[in-house]
Amino acid sequence: MSRSNIALLVLIACVAALPLFGGAYALRLGTIACMYAVLALSWNVVGGFAGYPSFATAAFFGFGAYCGGVLMGKGFPLWAAAAVAGLLALVSAVALGAVLLRLRGHYFAIASLSLAEVLREVVNNATDLTGGGMGLNIPLASGAGVMAEATFFFYAMWGVMLITALMVIVVANSKLGFALNCIRQNETASSMVGLNTTLAKSIAFGLSACFVSVAGGIYAAWVHYIDPSDVFDILYSVKPIVMALMGGLGSPLGVACGAFMYLGLEEVVWRNYTHIHTGVLGVLIVMLLLFLPHGLSSLRFDRLWRRTKHV
Amino acid sequence: MQAVQILINALVLGSLYACIAIGFSLVWGVLNVINLIHGSFIVLGAYLAFGLYQSLHLSPWYAIVVAAPVFFVFGYIVQRLILNRVITAPVLVTLTLTFGLDLILNNAMIYFFTADYRRLTLIPPLGSVSFEGVVVPVDRLIATATALALTGLLYLLLRRSRVGRAIVAVRLDRDAAVLMGVHVPSIYAVAFGLGAALAGCAGVLMALIFPISPLTSTAYLGKAFVVCVLGGLGSVSGALAGGMLLALVESVGSAFFGPAHATTLSFLLLIIFLILRPQGLVGRKGFE
Repeated sequence: MSRSNIALLVLIACVAALPLFGGAYALRLGTIACMYAVLALSWNVVGGFAGYPSFATAAFFGFGAYCGGVLMGKGFPLWAAAAVAGLLALVSAVALGAVLLRLRGHYFAIASLSLAEVLREVVNNATDLTGGGMGLNIPLASGAGVMAEATFFFYAMWGVMLITALMVIVVANSKLGFALNCIRQNETASSMVGLNTTLAKSIAFGLSACFVSVAGGIYAAWVHYIDPSDVFDILYSVKPIVMALMGGLGSPLGVACGAFMYLGLEEVVWRNYTHIHTGVLGVLIVMLLLFLPHGLSSLRFDRLWRRTKHV
Repeated sequence: MQAVQILINALVLGSLYACIAIGFSLVWGVLNVINLIHGSFIVLGAYLAFGLYQSLHLSPWYAIVVAAPVFFVFGYIVQRLILNRVITAPVLVTLTLTFGLDLILNNAMIYFFTADYRRLTLIPPLGSVSFEGVVVPVDRLIATATALALTGLLYLLLRRSRVGRAIVAVRLDRDAAVLMGVHVPSIYAVAFGLGAALAGCAGVLMALIFPISPLTSTAYLGKAFVVCVLGGLGSVSGALAGGMLLALVESVGSAFFGPAHATTLSFLLLIIFLILRPQGLVGRKGFE
């Protein structure tokens, strides 16, 4: 196992100690941090490893939230509902991927972007099952105190993050990861030497959808109330990309760090600029892409006090 | 008679869709950038028409004359100062960058104009013409005619003018165009400016017909995208054909299945086209 992957696991282990130090607010932030890390790490399998600009994260997040919410409404326990949501997302994403992943570049980006819109419309129209635009109430998990529940959901999300990180590390070191790497560099050439590119891409898409969906299911149980415009928010698709770009595309450690950093920035911006927080987010994105296109990991502090040499 | 009415509605809607999509298609075709700000440009154009009508009582057709140069300059500056810096970067970077710019513009609009829906009501109203039971409001007719005129104007510009030929040349072969003495960065900026100007004009026309709110920008963007894929990239006739097809499918589809499924229908159409005919209705293969 490479050094950066060990560092990633150490980082995750450190996050687990949060309940020892923080109160309810810190736990809330920690839960969101874990959720963002799951989204970003999952996105990285398709976007970072295979180089396919997927905007489908919001679609699968909403899918998982609604799947989990509906199942919990029918009396399933949280873990079972989340597992079913993940499995369903895995199966449907692999099937959908076989179609959508025939597209490349811009075409794939927008087709995956519209996936969330379609699911949102389906959920809006299936009023009997999902409550439509009225949203869906999810029964409270337990009668335990506020702190106990906050800790429970923090560890649930943390567990998903750990499993996602392990999945990403396993994929990166497996034949699948090698295949995805080949696809990113030259898809035509890799299919010519006998690689089943469609299968590899579809599995990657399915894996990334699966963990996002589980995170969505836990999110639904955590907030007790979901509605289509909340869980199918297009920002859920864009934030993981920004996190990955921030931390450095393709490296799991960088992506996880990017997620935590992004949450920090978002929290500061949200607190100080409630009315214009999306605008400030936009400025951040633009600045990041213009001045640090390879992420914060490409920042060289020694360059700050040395003159740049133009080649 | 109902069939004729659906057809006429589709024609009206289709020309508007073409007008929405054509600037988007130009930018995508020439710059290879998916311009996610397009929807917000359209809404901003609608606000311009609304503001001019409210404050100066200037009719929307005059507002077009104001909107076109203003948006052109705006787009030119955005391209020159921001987008040209990353134009050679991978898809993800340009896409995310335009998304960031869209967040800024959209949030600014929500901040200044609020998210409330507004309506531009002409006083006195223009009424409607009816013929054997087929009714068409006059403002829609005017919007259709203007949309078609704008489309024709762009076509002429690309065909006849020096700048237009340069744009087409850059789209076909960037490197050869450089060798022929075309200054590519400024052509990119002109193309983006034209795209923005067309979006602004489309917004003015939309203000005549639909309610205005910053929240509608994603819907316009989605339409523009579907029309582009249906018609084929970067060609005027493609946008027109795609717009008409989408409008026809939506009109017939909502007559049969109800209007609640319009997005799903257009998404299905999009997927079918992407798989079977990715070059679009009038596009040529390998001409992306």
